[in-house]
Amino acid sequence: MATLEAAYGRLRDQLRDLRRVAGHVIAGPALWVLFAVLAVYSAVNPDTRQLFVVGVVVGSIYALGSMGLTLTYGILKFGNFAHGDMMMLGGYFAFFALTGQILGERGDIEASWGLDSLPAATDGIAGLSFGYGLIIATVVAVAAMSALSLGIDRAVYRTLRRRKSGIVIFSIASLGVAIAARSVILIFWGPDPRVFVSGIHPAKSLPFDITLKADQMFILGAAVTLTILVSLLLYRTKLGKAMRAMSDNPDLARISGINTERIIRWTWIIGSTLVAIAGVLLALQSQLNPQLGFVILLPLFASAILGGVGSPAGALVGAMIVGISQEVSIDYFAPGYKPGVAFVILIFILLLRPNGLFGAKA
Amino acid sequence: MKVVLEARGIVSGYDEVEILHGVSVSVHEGEMVAVIGPNGAGKSTLLRAIFGLLPVRSGAVFLQGEEVTNLQPDRLVGKGLGYVPQVENVFPTLTISENLEMGGFVRRDGVGQRLDQVYDLFPDLAGRRQEKAGRLSGGQRQMLALARALMLDPQVLLLDEPSASLSPKMVGTLFERIGEINKSGTAILLVEQNAREALSLCHRGYVLAMGLNRLEGEARGLLDNEEVGKLYLGA
Amino acid sequence: MSKLAIPQRMGALKANQVATPLVVLAMTAAVVIMPAERSGWDVGGTVSFLAVFATTVAIFGIFTLGLNVQWGYAGVFNFGVAAFFLVGAYTAAVFTKGPAEPPFERYVGGLGDKLAFIPFVDSDQWLPFLIGTLAAGAFCGVLAFLLSIPTLRLREDYLAIATIGIAELVRNVSVEERGLVNSSKGLVGIPRPFSDYFDPGDYKYVYLGIAVGVLLLLFLLVERGIRSPWGRVLRALREDELATEASGKNVFAFKAQGFVLGAVIMGVGGSVYAYEQGAASPDTFTHFFGTFIFWAMLIVGGSGNNRGAILGAYMVWGFWIIAQQLQGYDLPEVFKNRIFFIRDFILGSLIVIVLLLRPQGLLREERRVSISVERRVRKLRHPPRAPPAGQPAESPPD
Repeated sequence: MATLEAAYGRLRDQLRDLRRVAGHVIAGPALWVLFAVLAVYSAVNPDTRQLFVVGVVVGSIYALGSMGLTLTYGILKFGNFAHGDMMMLGGYFAFFALTGQILGERGDIEASWGLDSLPAATDGIAGLSFGYGLIIATVVAVAAMSALSLGIDRAVYRTLRRRKSGIVIFSIASLGVAIAARSVILIFWGPDPRVFVSGIHPAKSLPFDITLKADQMFILGAAVTLTILVSLLLYRTKLGKAMRAMSDNPDLARISGINTERIIRWTWIIGSTLVAIAGVLLALQSQLNPQLGFVILLPLFASAILGGVGSPAGALVGAMIVGISQEVSIDYFAPGYKPGVAFVILIFILLLRPNGLFGAKA
Repeated sequence: MKVVLEARGIVSGYDEVEILHGVSVSVHEGEMVAVIGPNGAGKSTLLRAIFGLLPVRSGAVFLQGEEVTNLQPDRLVGKGLGYVPQVENVFPTLTISENLEMGGFVRRDGVGQRLDQVYDLFPDLAGRRQEKAGRLSGGQRQMLALARALMLDPQVLLLDEPSASLSPKMVGTLFERIGEINKSGTAILLVEQNAREALSLCHRGYVLAMGLNRLEGEARGLLDNEEVGKLYLGA
Repeated sequence: MSKLAIPQRMGALKANQVATPLVVLAMTAAVVIMPAERSGWDVGGTVSFLAVFATTVAIFGIFTLGLNVQWGYAGVFNFGVAAFFLVGAYTAAVFTKGPAEPPFERYVGGLGDKLAFIPFVDSDQWLPFLIGTLAAGAFCGVLAFLLSIPTLRLREDYLAIATIGIAELVRNVSVEERGLVNSSKGLVGIPRPFSDYFDPGDYKYVYLGIAVGVLLLLFLLVERGIRSPWGRVLRALREDELATEASGKNVFAFKAQGFVLGAVIMGVGGSVYAYEQGAASPDTFTHFFGTFIFWAMLIVGGSGNNRGAILGAYMVWGFWIIAQQLQGYDLPEVFKNRIFFIRDFILGSLIVIVLLLRPQGLLREERRVSISVERRVRKLRHPPRAPPAGQPAESPPD
């Protein structure tokens, strides 16, 4: 009898160990393999190849958006639910700088100093749909969003930090900010969608039966470039290392004498830069639409969490996975379910590996 | 001998709970002073209160004669006070070299030189500069934590139970290092659970219990003291 | 962080106690006077208008009550209230409406005619609606239960984003699956209980009674539940999860129960909403109107406080109505065109302002112990004879 019990006990322990090992494998290498296989399959399969490519473009936009999100998430220790709407607001600021258009009593009023009145400002550069006017407008948007974010941090989040409020209060506050941002867009530019430049832009034919517009290639290039720049910032500069240190252990950063409020201010500036650029690119790829800010919130969070909160490389990889999955899913489900795909990925990763692909195992 | 750090009648605690009911300690130039006592005596709380991490509700802290009560850590660090917490005292995803860089973040000059000096003091760390701090062993991590605080050349160093959860051999090595740091001119206020080792190393000691001063005196005297021996030095 | 001097605290307390009634009074004045003045002081019209207003307040009070159970008591951070709003409303609709008539409408259920099966008591006037409401509550409860398994152990902010996703997914399903609930067109022609007995003009007062009655019932239920042993564990959990776990209570089970109970309440609210509106469509169940607005109500009114939840519903919906009323005034066109967007902006900013300046809301979180203790306290406060000197004015601490 005793030996049977002992044998059963040993078996149960072995099964438990097996489950633990299986859990580690599933949460680790298996996930990578899974995503790699899905990516390769959808790229190779002729039915889904074009969708794959569009997914990469969408993923690029998500990458820029979620990179800013992951930075503020890691350093300020809360998920900014206003991030999507801020992206859109950045896009609208650029629109205003470019066209000077704003909603008047009936229809648009146009200020006389829109950037598009500059000579050749809207002439497409090298086949792109936009000219240097939009580039300057984006710089204006970056400045505006930085100022706005710093102001909001000063007025709202800094007070909550001093009070040592919990994550929940920060989240609810950011939701209020999101609603306010969306309303500002609606008040000044109305509910109807807008575009930077109207007209259809031809897509270029590329090998392997894929077509891409010049704008889309630009978006991809921008995402890769900015990821490299942000990584350089984080790993090669003093500010970046301090940001990573704060992400690791804000108390120890203070103890070391680092002025954490200054680092936080820089985090908002860098985040706003990414937010404004992402917003402009989103508007290029899709449109300027007040509702879009909320629609992308879920994919942005999914990307950041999938990659591992606080990791820009993670944000890029996570965003690509989410973007590609969403677009390729059209081959199997109705397009209306695209947001659902982001959600499923989010739940999947939260249950299996909440620290994300590039984060430590839970 | 000049007093470099003085805490007078410190009343402090967390939120509504008062832990210290008026504690006083002082550290002279070049001295190493131990603070020992049973668990819950308020030893760690005292260091946190001195370093501005907890509000000092009554009492005062003086650094080099200047009052610094309730100043924020980043100001204190600039005035020559250093602090090594007991736990979570390194940046785990940063490398050893980056950890030290963070330690020297507010240095205006001489970072490279200081870095070399610190690596000389801790050759074990010098050999693995690019390793992530999270992968280090307990003993190595404590060394790194100490090294990080040294980057700013502090005049006074507050150490919170550095030997906690270390093996006896590591404890020996660690205290050797601490002794070397003290000999090179840094005054040290050492909070320790390991009372015997602490007192053998230090010049003077304070015994705290229940948030109040109980005894103080030359370390040798405290070691020999029967009461201390019974209560705090263990069998 | 310094302790406030006692005299200072008393002053602040008095200011707090005055602020809330003042604010409520101001809102009531605005809500009564504006429609009255705009209708040319037509009493009948104004009363009729206010009846509809009060009905909506009652219905939204139900949702906010449910949210308070989930967040204020069980500590579950549910940003997906819209999911339960939707499920509750649509369930009630398909249980009470007649069969679908394709190609105009396609939806499941349509059991309304079949549910009036008790003879002689005009059961078609109330039975399908009762069943519809119970079903709405049940479906929401089941949904909450299923969701709690993967999500309840998540960290709060992850739970928030997960619930946002769930609400969106539920809404997507309702739109994408043709034949489920008539996709984007939604359901119309939802019947109303007791409609045969009353003129349309009088009916709104009847429904006001129904809505308030349901709210009151649920309110008493929750108040009672909070003072029960179950409720005490729930609140202990909210204060200190680790300690509660250490004392052997299954934290997850209690949170799940709170989550489910809140969801059931929201389902009931959804059904009451559906009968009153007569229609339900996906546009109603957006994140803003289906979730955010209830959080605004709870924060403004005071979370952890059932009365606060209802008061918050009153204040926020009152503000909503005022914004609507402003359209009738002689304001610049520019302003009037965007009054609703300005309203939304103010609501979003209001949440932030309340969190910054008065995070506890209008009514502070109550400290309720248990029914037996309260009875004893009540006897102490209002004894048959004069009380001995030094009787405390406040109820004893927990």
